[in-house]
Amino acid sequence: MDRFVFLLSAGLARGAVLALFALSLVIVWRTARVVNFAQAAMAVAAVYAAFAVTAATGSYWAGLLTGLAAGALLGAIVERGLMRRLPAHAPLPGIIVAIGLVMVLQAGLAIAFGPEHRPMQPPFSQRPFIIGGIPVLSPYDLFTLGAAAAVMAALALLFNRSSLGLRLRAAAFAPETARLLGVRVPRMITLGWALSCAAASLAALLLVPTELGLNPHAVDLLFVNAFAVAVIGGLDSPAGALVAGIGVGLLVSLVTGYASASAAPLAVLALMTLVLLVRPGGLFAPKEARTA
Amino acid sequence: MKTLLRALLITLLAIGGTFALDPFRNYQLALAAACFAAVAGLTVLVGLTGQLSLGHAVLMAAGGYGFAFAASAVDGPWPLALLAGLAAAAVVSGLLGLLLGAAAARLRGPYLAGLTLALVIALPAAANTLPLGGDQGAPAPFFPVPEALAALIAVEQWHAWLAIVVAAIAVTPLVVLRSGSAGLRMRAVLDDETASRLSAVDPGAVKTGAFVASAVPAGLGGAVLAIATQQVTPGGYGLAFSLLLVVAAVIGGLGSIGGAAIGSVLVTVLPWLIDELAALAPDDLGRRLDGNLALLLFGAGLIALTTAWPGGAARLLDRLRAARPLRFATPSTTTER
Repeated sequence: MDRFVFLLSAGLARGAVLALFALSLVIVWRTARVVNFAQAAMAVAAVYAAFAVTAATGSYWAGLLTGLAAGALLGAIVERGLMRRLPAHAPLPGIIVAIGLVMVLQAGLAIAFGPEHRPMQPPFSQRPFIIGGIPVLSPYDLFTLGAAAAVMAALALLFNRSSLGLRLRAAAFAPETARLLGVRVPRMITLGWALSCAAASLAALLLVPTELGLNPHAVDLLFVNAFAVAVIGGLDSPAGALVAGIGVGLLVSLVTGYASASAAPLAVLALMTLVLLVRPGGLFAPKEARTA
Repeated sequence: MKTLLRALLITLLAIGGTFALDPFRNYQLALAAACFAAVAGLTVLVGLTGQLSLGHAVLMAAGGYGFAFAASAVDGPWPLALLAGLAAAAVVSGLLGLLLGAAAARLRGPYLAGLTLALVIALPAAANTLPLGGDQGAPAPFFPVPEALAALIAVEQWHAWLAIVVAAIAVTPLVVLRSGSAGLRMRAVLDDETASRLSAVDPGAVKTGAFVASAVPAGLGGAVLAIATQQVTPGGYGLAFSLLLVVAAVIGGLGSIGGAAIGSVLVTVLPWLIDELAALAPDDLGRRLDGNLALLLFGAGLIALTTAWPGGAARLLDRLRAARPLRFATPSTTTER
């Protein structure tokens, strides 16, 4: 029972990071109808920027802000420089360009910084609180949960309650109509990419201190799991990303705790296959138009 | 018939070509032939049905494991073991392809890419959980040069011969399929699913069939790799290798078999060539460039090709071929400067 509670609490923190990263994929999918396979590489580039600033100034928070800004900037640059030039309404070129971007970014980072794992210090202790003899969340886990929840709430407010969010949604759902009504659709799409990459960078920044260290491939597994989460939840649904993120986080934590760490990818694959067999568009998929 | 003759001719030419290569080049040729089989399958799948699979390395691994276990189990003359191994490779990869295809028939672009991506990541876990020999992988039997040829050729050249023949057997049916009515149905489904349904073409069946037709050559490619390297390890079939197959298909031009051949030679030879060059750089820089420089160039090439020049190498050849007679035949209407 102790172990179960510990694994659940660890899974919760992991699930929050997963949900945040999956949410970033959902934002980009909703604004540009592209699955950004380069999200992990872009996020890791932002973490390198944060690492460099933290090393130079000694402040974690300066690094965190730099990482978020670098992520947003990188997202905007990629959208303006690459994705905009691709033909619309064909999913393949976007995916292939993103794969090329992954190779360029990861190889470039490995050449510039070397392939070593660089340890990153978390701003809070990772020693868990003991409640009733059971180790539960650590202060850093609480920080992770809080940051992820705050950012997700802020994004929800932005998208659902602000005029900018309305324009963002209009540009994503009905670009032509929105353009006729005076929304600057290209600018909104760039903004969506920037928001999404900043969110992904935050997820990566939260994850890296709990892992082996910073390395060009440090976020790869997070991306694969988050992609699975986004697909399970339905690529169009932020709520789906949240629910599936927490669910997959708990699943991975329990499987790692009770079976082995190497069985976790199999469990995620199995869950994903199961969900897609029952609902090919994910759990929270919108109704599709009928075909013949 | 014409296709078969052409395939025979190319195979014989390739086998003759092995005499001009040293043992290491012959080993690389075997690797390129293995890649060619897999990339040909992938390029037909992506180019004709629009289904992007990031998991073709896993299909190759399935073929490799099938080959290793079946060929080791057969206790008889070497041709028997080889044939049993190849049959097992085709069956195992075909079955996995059928499973994936059944899923693919229900999924659209990004969902399928996600499923195949998760599959690649799950391969090492599967190797450790199932009786596949864990991270060390499974040993594949060694096929020595037959006695009649032993005085004539080295073992690398013999393996290159086997690789070329197996690749030819894997790819030729794909060429026939692509130019026949099955290829037409695939293009129809890619263009408009509703219209093809109205024409009594079942998109689900076509997509599943395309996946199987693409998985079997990939599995045979995996068997070729197992012959050349005498082992199958999960580490050899990771995400990087899977992406390299996609790179080869895109560089060659999606949908083109000849392009697949160009692409797979490039992804086999270029990384080695670039690493040789990088080794000339000073110590620390050389270590950082090792492997990464090739990846960087491939990534940049992938982006440049997709944004600027989507046809790939195959279209370039077509255009050169088409352009030459045209330039002479048509009188120029503009004054040349």
